[in-house]
Amino acid sequence: MAAMTMVEAIRSAMDVAMGRDDGVIVFGEDVGYFGGVFRCTKGLQAKHGRTRCFDTPISETGIVGAAIGMAAYGLKPCVEIQFADYVYPAYDQLVQEAACIRYRSNEEFTCPIVLRMPTGGGILGGPTHSQSPEALFTHICGLKTIVPSNPYDAKGLLTAAIEDPDPVIFLEPKRLYAGPFDGHHEKPAVSWSNHPLGEVPNDYYTIPLGRAETRRSGAAVTVIAYGTMVHVALAAAEESGIDAEVIDLRCLIPLDLETIVTSINKTGRCVVVHEARLTSGFGAELVSLIQENCFYRLEAPIMRITGWDTPYPYAQEWDYFPGPERVGRALIDLMEG
Amino acid sequence: MNEKPQPSLHVPEPAGRPDSEPDFSAMSIPKAGSVKRPEVDAAPEATRDLACSMIRVLDRDGEATGPWAGALSDKELLTGLRHMMTLRAFDARMLMAQRQGKTSFFLQCLGEEAVACAFARALAKGDMHFPTYRQAGLLIAADYPLVSMINQIFSNEKDPLKGRQLPTLYSSREYGFFTISGNLATQFIQGVGWAMASAIKNDDRIAAAWIGEGATAEQDFHAALVFASTYKPPVILNIVNNQWAISTFQGIARGGSETFAARGPSFGIAALRVDGNDYPAVHAAARWAAERARRNLGPTLIEYVTYRAGAHSTSDDPSAYRPKTEAEAWPLGDPILRLKQHLIARGVWSRERHAQAEAEIADSVLKAYRQAESHGTAHGGGKPSPRDMFEGVYAEMPPHMIRQRRQAGC
Repeated sequence: MAAMTMVEAIRSAMDVAMGRDDGVIVFGEDVGYFGGVFRCTKGLQAKHGRTRCFDTPISETGIVGAAIGMAAYGLKPCVEIQFADYVYPAYDQLVQEAACIRYRSNEEFTCPIVLRMPTGGGILGGPTHSQSPEALFTHICGLKTIVPSNPYDAKGLLTAAIEDPDPVIFLEPKRLYAGPFDGHHEKPAVSWSNHPLGEVPNDYYTIPLGRAETRRSGAAVTVIAYGTMVHVALAAAEESGIDAEVIDLRCLIPLDLETIVTSINKTGRCVVVHEARLTSGFGAELVSLIQENCFYRLEAPIMRITGWDTPYPYAQEWDYFPGPERVGRALIDLMEG
Repeated sequence: MNEKPQPSLHVPEPAGRPDSEPDFSAMSIPKAGSVKRPEVDAAPEATRDLACSMIRVLDRDGEATGPWAGALSDKELLTGLRHMMTLRAFDARMLMAQRQGKTSFFLQCLGEEAVACAFARALAKGDMHFPTYRQAGLLIAADYPLVSMINQIFSNEKDPLKGRQLPTLYSSREYGFFTISGNLATQFIQGVGWAMASAIKNDDRIAAAWIGEGATAEQDFHAALVFASTYKPPVILNIVNNQWAISTFQGIARGGSETFAARGPSFGIAALRVDGNDYPAVHAAARWAAERARRNLGPTLIEYVTYRAGAHSTSDDPSAYRPKTEAEAWPLGDPILRLKQHLIARGVWSRERHAQAEAEIADSVLKAYRQAESHGTAHGGGKPSPRDMFEGVYAEMPPHMIRQRRQAGC
């Protein structure tokens, strides 16, 4: 075991996977010699060689299209999109190709690729370095979508994603790279070094895809969150004094519906929290599933606390970001309403 | 007084439209045998003039001439002729099946048979094509069973793709034929990626990526050229310039560039431009590029100049946008007639044997057709199960899809 940041845990996952399987190839913009703008691939080229970890031209279509061809050959590309906001040029390759190749070829060809990309805001990134586009991937059949909330999960889930036989979108909440950010931007940043989930095995392990984790047990209300919002929800529960149960989804597709339903059948109340904007967000899917499965047990309407339906603003970042105060107020409203 | 020139938008137009006569007078066609053949290890820059010329082997009298001639034996040429004739007979049979309502959709290769048929014979088993929907010749020249192609077109109980894919969008890993996509250009960069993987593994297998001239305007084409230029993987980048992208003439995608092949040397990629209706010329160019790729000498871009003599698909009517007699006026002739003429000139073929072969081929196509028909067509008979709709989205079906399949009652 070692104390690792999320960046180090992600790097360790790729390093171990590359050591175990020489078909694992890592590439993307700035990922080679330099090791990525967030340093997730630092040292991998020096250790595993230039043909297994290398820089690419600035072309997301090229990165994803080439990865699909490599996967068809039999390699396991684990590629980086520098920011999730940059993935759109590759959307055609993802939606109509990566996600569909197994199906349309009747499983003669498959596409075991991983697309890692930093997601979310809280770093003063403005409209094009802060987005949370997970719903654009969860809507696509054939893709799996993962959003880890801590270093331990990040390594175990990324390892499982690399071994997965299908294409996986791995969204890394960039505000969690260095520490467990709970939305209190006015307070000094906290590091992972004293967090139990910052203790990460150096060796190989996996966390199966499709299993949520309950981060806090409670009886009054269920908060469903993923990524950065897990830490925001935990802070909101403590600060509001509401006995909330906080579920960290970890995987959006496949989804652990059982854990969600079990919790809401216990609490009878639910708040869904995500940083992405409200309309047609993944929260809408969660709310539908909850009313289909828990309708007779619900004691109050399900609430959604999310980013607003605006582009992610620069100077108004903290007015946009769904922080612990907004989530806490929702918890109180839900109990009083 | 001098008028100041005003900026204005340039929108290119083809030489001929339905209300005018076909006009190919602007097309420059070098004499057969006149284009040089560089060594396979030539620098990309040394191919710049080839990218703006046209490699041709068969002359007007059906004689093979020049430095690109002589690569194929009588037997290989006769096999090539048989492949092209099979493709043409297959297309005719399936067009009729579409008109009879046995499938909703079909795409033919009429006039372009030489490109895929001749190219296929330059690659080896284990190599991988990333084709478009107009390279059925790759399968036919690899002796893929016709009946499997027809089963796919009929979406019947023996459809190798279980009814999931639009008719003619075949897939066969065994025959080195990557699953065809219905959108355009995506396969071009995928072919480059496959070749990069082969190079990473120090493998001697090569990839061939295919694209139509119209789709070269897509970003995937340009990404493919940049990646091929940067990593120099063993890939052949094929542009089939059949003059028409549905109703859009090739000048819209080509813009101010002299040819499509000319894009190659600007990326540091060797490029050839070939008479696409000249079977030996296509094969010779493909062989040159394949050897280059296999010897780790880098990628090659090849433009095949040909003509889409039929409609884009059964959903298209070319008389609405091009001169009716344009196909007959096409100056590079018909690929089957040209190879037939050459084989007769070589003394290894005759009109009688050709007519006999035509009958034999029509018969074998009909036999495959009848066999496929017995497994079902759009008119009825066996078809894939609704359960197949849910399979193969993921390796393992996730819980939400299991619930949906139950709801669908399958």
